[in-house]
Amino acid sequence: MADKTGAAPHWHDGSSVSKVMADVCLALVPGLLCYAWLFGPGVLIQCILAVTFALLFEWALLRLRRRNPAPFLRDGSAVVTALLFALSIPPAAPWWVCLCGIAFAIILCKHVFGGVGYNIFNPAMAGFAFVLICFPVPMNTWPQLSGQGIGQGMGAYLRSIFPAPGTAPDILSGATPLDELKSRLELMEMVSEINTSPLFGYLGGAGWEWVNLLLLLGGGYLLLRGVIKWQIPVAVLTGIFLGSSLLHLYDPNIHAGPLFHLFSGGAMLCAFFIATDPVTAPTTRRGRLLYGTLIGLLICLLRNWGVYPDGVAFAVLLANIFVPLIDLTTRPDAPLAQFDIFRATPRRQGQAQPAENGASGEK
Amino acid sequence: MRELHDFPGGLSLLPHKEITNREMSIVQPLPERLFLPLQQHIGQPATPVVSTGERVLKGQIIARADGYVSVPVHASTSGVITDIGLYPVPHPTISTAPCMVLEPDGNDAWFDIWPSERYDHLEPVRLQELIRDCGIVGLGGAGFPAHVKLMEGVENAVDTLIINGVECEPHITCDDRLIQEKASYVVSGARMIRHAVQARHCVIALEDDMELAYQALAGLVDDDLELVKVPTRYPAGGENQLIKTLTGKDVPSAGLPIHIGIVIHNVATAAAVYRAVTRGEPIVSRYVTVTGKVDNPVNLQVLLGTPVEDCLATCGYQRCEENKVIIGGPMMGVHVTTPNMPVIKTTNCIIIEENTPAQPEMPCIRCGNCADVCPERLLPQQLYWFARAQALEQARAYRLFDCTECGCCAYTCPSHIPLVDYYRRAKSQITLDQEHSRGAEHLRQRFIRKNARLQHDARAARADKPLRDGGSDQDSRSAKKSYVQAALARSRAQRQQRSVADGKAR
Repeated sequence: MADKTGAAPHWHDGSSVSKVMADVCLALVPGLLCYAWLFGPGVLIQCILAVTFALLFEWALLRLRRRNPAPFLRDGSAVVTALLFALSIPPAAPWWVCLCGIAFAIILCKHVFGGVGYNIFNPAMAGFAFVLICFPVPMNTWPQLSGQGIGQGMGAYLRSIFPAPGTAPDILSGATPLDELKSRLELMEMVSEINTSPLFGYLGGAGWEWVNLLLLLGGGYLLLRGVIKWQIPVAVLTGIFLGSSLLHLYDPNIHAGPLFHLFSGGAMLCAFFIATDPVTAPTTRRGRLLYGTLIGLLICLLRNWGVYPDGVAFAVLLANIFVPLIDLTTRPDAPLAQFDIFRATPRRQGQAQPAENGASGEK
Repeated sequence: MRELHDFPGGLSLLPHKEITNREMSIVQPLPERLFLPLQQHIGQPATPVVSTGERVLKGQIIARADGYVSVPVHASTSGVITDIGLYPVPHPTISTAPCMVLEPDGNDAWFDIWPSERYDHLEPVRLQELIRDCGIVGLGGAGFPAHVKLMEGVENAVDTLIINGVECEPHITCDDRLIQEKASYVVSGARMIRHAVQARHCVIALEDDMELAYQALAGLVDDDLELVKVPTRYPAGGENQLIKTLTGKDVPSAGLPIHIGIVIHNVATAAAVYRAVTRGEPIVSRYVTVTGKVDNPVNLQVLLGTPVEDCLATCGYQRCEENKVIIGGPMMGVHVTTPNMPVIKTTNCIIIEENTPAQPEMPCIRCGNCADVCPERLLPQQLYWFARAQALEQARAYRLFDCTECGCCAYTCPSHIPLVDYYRRAKSQITLDQEHSRGAEHLRQRFIRKNARLQHDARAARADKPLRDGGSDQDSRSAKKSYVQAALARSRAQRQQRSVADGKAR
């Protein structure tokens, strides 16, 4: 008498969605702390705000969809979305930017499609792209590198994030290295000149390079833990490296070098934390390589010719569109030649077998 | 030395074999009643040849093979058949099945059995018949009738015969113990099967942690048999995986090992063949590992049909709510709610495990861990989507029927999706649909035949109409006339009556 709830196998490796998400959060911590240390506590406030909003929306939507909220709130996917979103927006952005972005991410990008596991677009990036387009001014106000500890400028950040009516934000704002590069290239300056700006560090942007290095460290932890697989990060970084190298070789005066691109903006965050979101990425190994490379190349294209200085969000969203197609074409047992896009249900003759014949091996 | 190859996917699991693999096996005492299912194998169930109340002897055929892919059932001991009816059986989807109930008389008296003369003087075909008549099926877990594989072996040229001693599921040590205790049976049985299929090479495969079994066999094999240790990894003992490991060849999708010139049998099957040939003994007992949360975990030599409960009692287990009983290994076994079902030919292990609360099934996050561990290189998660959406045609195109239900995918799933359960249901749905459509086709043919028959009859009737037409037609016309006249007469009479009655009232 078989028990339906106790179907084989009776053992499990103990993994769970919650543990996966907890590992992702843990891996973000060094980068996050470094960010806060170098640029002030704004990012931490944004994280708290985003996580709160995300959990609230998640709970409300689950109730609306008549689901039991507890297991889904515990799975941690909303928290990861919130943290990635908070790391992407300017740390001094007002609270309603965060609210709008998270609302877009959780409601329109996640639950409208059916909740965790069913979303087509990366929610954090969709939310980010939404606020970037809607609120260009606060979304382009970035803090200057202070490097004076996590507590530095707390008051200024609080006044900026929760602005009193009729006051102007008093945060010291500046340009990100990618902004600087873009705007000065438009003034016909050469990369070698722009490189001497104090905004530029050893590898990428001053300060940003350390954040990126620590995110790389976190990514290494995720790889070691087996939470993410190597294909996507390696492909994204290779894509950025190859794309920017080619452009740099073609004309070093108007295209920054590969190291700068790898260690500025959201490159590492994208490679290890955003593009690796399993829900919105392809499932096959070849597909992941293809997807990662596509994102890397798109980042290069968007950074060099796009309207916005960084192209991570749009690159990821564009690549998301191709995921079903990539999955279909990179089936490990079906070479591309066999692939027939217009036939919804492939039929193969002679595969009919009674269940038992295929059911068990010798043991 | 044979070059070993790697199979894709797989898991390394805690073996837990040390609990039972050094303990000498115990002979399970006779139970009060034995339950012998008519189907202990893949294929058609056997048909009873004795009736209720009949006295039978040990080794006597009590149900004969019905069809080619079928084997007979033998009485496991001497006694009386008390009932033939539905009783619980260990099966993942069926709860009860036809069984014959045997009440032992305690004498354990053998039926007349005849040892064969030297096996190598027998025709391979004769050897196969003998193996079928002794009820031998794959004892590794699948229970495929052994003679069918042998028959296929004769029809095709067999390059390699593999004797599978790779017990890859954790906890199970029944084959390990069998080899250690009956090594000569295994080796002789292997030679007999080899003769039956006329294989060029013969390999006995063990896991590299079965040191004692290896030593037991090493002294007995000559250079006619190859003894190979394969790396311990689940599911290294799966048919396709072992073939891949030993030969580097892939069994074609929806194909059989014989299609690439390979026949594979379990070590216990080999030992059963030895008994069948040299002593004429049919299969009436087997080794069963009883392990987990019992007082004395050990291997038992159990008569087929013995209730699992009795085996557990021998090992000192009291039934309690917190524990669950698994028949088979922890990866592919069946979780049973009542241990009153019998040990059958394919029962290799009984495990008592603590009942852990089931984790809620979460949506798939497409992490792809399942595809990484799948030893058949399937896309378990795509299959899951198709099975869920009842897109069965697509599931088949994604090689659903190549799934061996090893459970690796569900083992690693962070969303705790019971993937194997989905596949199993999809498979049985497809099989059912095929049967239905076959049934519909049958009905269609009947309809066509009926129409043809009716047309034929009608034509025949028209053909002999002129002969008897006149009389019958006239008759019916006059009958109609008289009927109408009678009706008219009746209504006239009624009217008259009514007018009379009206007159009186006035």
